[in-house]
Amino acid sequence: MIAVRLGEIAHARSGDKGSGANIGVIAYTEAGYATIKSKVTVEAVVAFFAPLNPGEVRRYTLDNLGALNFVLTSVLAGGGSRSLRIDAQGKTLGQALLEMPLELEPAELALCRRPAREENAS
Amino acid sequence: MASKITIGNAQGFWGDSPDAPANLLRQFPELDYLTLDYLAEVSLSILALQRSREPETGYARDFPEVLRSLMPLWKTGCKTRIVCNAGGLNPEACARACLKVLAEAGVSKTIGVVTGDNVLPLLQAEPGDALYRHWETGASVSTVIDRLMTANAYIGAPGVCEALDAGADIVLTGRVADPSLAVGIAMHAFGWRETDYEKLAAATVAGHVLECGTQACGGISTHWLDWPDPANMGFPYVELHADGAFTVTKPAGTGGAVNLETVKEQLLYEIGDPVNYLSPDCRVDFTALQLKPSGPNRVTVSGVAGFAPTDRYKVSATYRDGYWAQGALTIFGRDAVTKARRCGEIVLERLARAGYTYERHNIECLGANAVVAGVLPEPPLLETVLRISVADPRKEAIERFAKEIAPLVTSGPQGTTGYAGGRPKPTPVFAYWPCFVAKNQVHVQSRPIGPEGDTP
Repeated sequence: MIAVRLGEIAHARSGDKGSGANIGVIAYTEAGYATIKSKVTVEAVVAFFAPLNPGEVRRYTLDNLGALNFVLTSVLAGGGSRSLRIDAQGKTLGQALLEMPLELEPAELALCRRPAREENAS
Repeated sequence: MASKITIGNAQGFWGDSPDAPANLLRQFPELDYLTLDYLAEVSLSILALQRSREPETGYARDFPEVLRSLMPLWKTGCKTRIVCNAGGLNPEACARACLKVLAEAGVSKTIGVVTGDNVLPLLQAEPGDALYRHWETGASVSTVIDRLMTANAYIGAPGVCEALDAGADIVLTGRVADPSLAVGIAMHAFGWRETDYEKLAAATVAGHVLECGTQACGGISTHWLDWPDPANMGFPYVELHADGAFTVTKPAGTGGAVNLETVKEQLLYEIGDPVNYLSPDCRVDFTALQLKPSGPNRVTVSGVAGFAPTDRYKVSATYRDGYWAQGALTIFGRDAVTKARRCGEIVLERLARAGYTYERHNIECLGANAVVAGVLPEPPLLETVLRISVADPRKEAIERFAKEIAPLVTSGPQGTTGYAGGRPKPTPVFAYWPCFVAKNQVHVQSRPIGPEGDTP
C-alpha cells in the first residue's frame, strides 16, 4: 500500500450553505470514482473535520460526474454572516479535504491519477 | 422565435471587476443577453441601512457606472440586453439613476423593473407562522422580530420574462433567485411555458454555472495554476438551444479555462442534495445531465432532468445581531505560533479584568492551518499573523476591545509588528434568517420605467 493524499486522485470545490457548507469531490478517472466512493465515507469525513464540529454530514453520489457531494450541516459556526472564523464561507474546506490521507495499492493508484493535460483539456 | 441564444455573465458578485461587462461585450459583441449578479445573502441588509439614511438609494450603485461604461458600445450598434438584480431593495431608484446615464449619453433604451420580492410586511404581520421559522434551527421569527431588517423572497423567472416580453433592454430586479435571471431570458426567447420543467431545469443549470462569473472559467478551481493568462481571465457565456441543451464557453483570447474539470467544479458549487436542487421555477436533478467536451474551452451540457417546483419561495431575511471587530498583528521569531496564541489570550484576559467578556470570541494563528484549526497538524513556523475577533451585543464592549490590540506592540514578544491599520472598527452584524413564504402570498410585478415615470 502507498500513502497518498486524496488530492492525488480527486479535485474539489467547496462553498457555504447557511451555517453549513458543501464540498464536491470529483474523481479524475472511473477507477478513482470507485475508490473515493469506498474510501471517502461519511464516517471518514466526520472524523476528518471533527475539530470544526461539522454537524450532521450527508453524502450524495453523482455517478454522471464521477463525483461525491458532502454537506456539512453546521461546520461554519454561524455561517457567512455571523462566523468569526477567517474562512466564514467554507472556501478552504475543499482544499483541506484533499489533504485527507488514503492508502492505495500501487496498481490502483496508477488508474486513479489525473490524466495528462492533453487528455483532460477539452 | 430564436433557436439558439447566448447568455453571458460579467459580474459574479457585488465587488467583482467593474471592467468586466464592457470587456465581455468588446470581446464578444454578438452576445444576446448579459446577466449581472450583485446580491449575496446579506447584501440587502447593507442596502437597507443605506436607504434608511438616503431614500433614493438601496440598490447596487455600481450598476449605473457599469451602464455608463457600456454606452460607447451601445452607441456603435451593440444590441446586448441586460438582466440584473442590481435593483436590490429599490429597483425604481436604480432605474431612475440608469435613465440619467442613458439621457446623458443620448442613448435610447427601455428599462423594465421587477418587484414583489419584499416580504418583510408578511413576516411582521404573522411572526408566528411556521413557514417563517429559521429553517436550520426551527426558531420562531418572533424571537428577532424587533431586529428584523429585510426579508426578500427568491422569486423566479416569470417576472424577468414578462419584462423582456414588454421590450425592456435593461431588466432590473431585486431578490430573484440567481439562476432565474437566465431562465427568464430563455422563457422569453424560446416561448417556454412555466410548466416546461425539463427545459426550465436546463436553463437553471446554465444559470447556476454562469452566476459566479469567472468561477465557470477556472476561477477558484483546484488546478488554477494550470490555466493560461489568469490576469485576463474570461467571463463565461452559454449558447443555449431551444431544447435546453447548452454549451459553456468564454470569449476567444481570454485567460482561464472552460473544461470538464472547471465545469464540474462549478456545477457542484454550493449545492445540496443533487436530485433535489430547488429553484422557484422547478426542481432540478443534477444526476442525469451529461457533459461533453465540444472544442477548445467548450463543454456541452445535455439531459438535465426537471420537475415541478414547490408551492413556496425560499426567503432570505436579515436581522441585527450586535457588533463585531477583528484585530491582527504579525509575530515573527522562534515559537511564533505559541507566542501569538499567548498574545491572544492576554488580550482577552485584560479585557475580562476590565469587566468585558464577550458573547463570542476567536483566536487564530494564520499560517498555522488556522482555517481548519485542529484538522491538519500545525507546522513549526517562524512567522504567523495573529487574528483576534470578538462579537457582542454591546457596541462599547467592542470599542473597548479595539483599544487592547496596540499595547502588545510594546508588551508582546520581540518580533511583534504589522500594526499599521489602526484600531479595529466595530462593525454591525447582520445575521441571516433563512425561511419560506407561500407563493400565493407574493405578487410579482413587472413594469417599464421611462423618463416621464412609469410608462415610457
